[in-house]
Amino acid sequence: MSEKHTHIEHRDDEASKLGMWLFIFTELLLFGGLFLVYSIFRSQYPTSFHEGSLELNVTIGALNTMVLLVSSMTIAMAITAIQKKNKKLTLILIGITLFLAFVFLVNKYFEWGAKFHHGLYPGSDLMELLDRGHHLYFSLYFFMTGLHALHIIVGMILLIITYVKVKNESIKHDHFVFLENGALYWHLVDLIWIFLFPLMYLIS
Amino acid sequence: MSNNSPHITDYKVLAKVLLVLMFLTFVTIEITSIDLAAFTVTIALLVAGIKSFLVLSYFMHLKYENLLLKILVTMVFVLFIIIVLITFIDYSFR
Repeated sequence: MSEKHTHIEHRDDEASKLGMWLFIFTELLLFGGLFLVYSIFRSQYPTSFHEGSLELNVTIGALNTMVLLVSSMTIAMAITAIQKKNKKLTLILIGITLFLAFVFLVNKYFEWGAKFHHGLYPGSDLMELLDRGHHLYFSLYFFMTGLHALHIIVGMILLIITYVKVKNESIKHDHFVFLENGALYWHLVDLIWIFLFPLMYLIS
Repeated sequence: MSNNSPHITDYKVLAKVLLVLMFLTFVTIEITSIDLAAFTVTIALLVAGIKSFLVLSYFMHLKYENLLLKILVTMVFVLFIIIVLITFIDYSFR
């Protein structure tokens, strides 16, 4: 190649967003599979699933729903802020999102903590004593909300990286696809909870 | 792509979407607390469907994305519904 070449930044934001969406599809189908398992066993053990859901704390569940919805909005607003070249507001909004994610996990800690306190956790003696329907309900409850909480933690790590990138200006008003993809991941977490909350806590 | 000017979603639009989502959450909690037998599940899933549509359209900017992406996302949900239907047909006829 020739000696002199001007450096032209090669990037395709549309393609990286498409890539993120393809990844999100795999995540949706992962949780989709679990929802399918849930629906099948629910139809086979309706009374056990009904009684199981009564054990859950709707207030904490509803609170966490609100927390996730607000955090979903703040991260969407962060994209608007970066497009309007408002770096400070972008950082504040990502910060609020991170704080709300933390609040969600604290709530989850207390919720799971109460279950553990009553001897209800995967592999516990109490779980072994439960009939098949209850056992399935609580196994699915711990697995699905646990996997969801894991996604919250991954989302938080992504948002922390995004925060740093905005701060050192590698994410700017004309180059913010990383923020967009991070936000997409965060919305995915919200999207899953939208179905998880009514199915686990409410329908009884 | 270079042909579309980047769309900036207004703060107010996002705030309004949040209010609707909050309201729908409240509706779900209220409706599932009254006994509607088989309809409870249907209504709860319907409301969850509307909520996810709002999140996908506005928060995830799908409304302002190109047609390819819209079709792809729709297909994923259609695929999932087909999988659920086939599995339930299988279970109810064995």
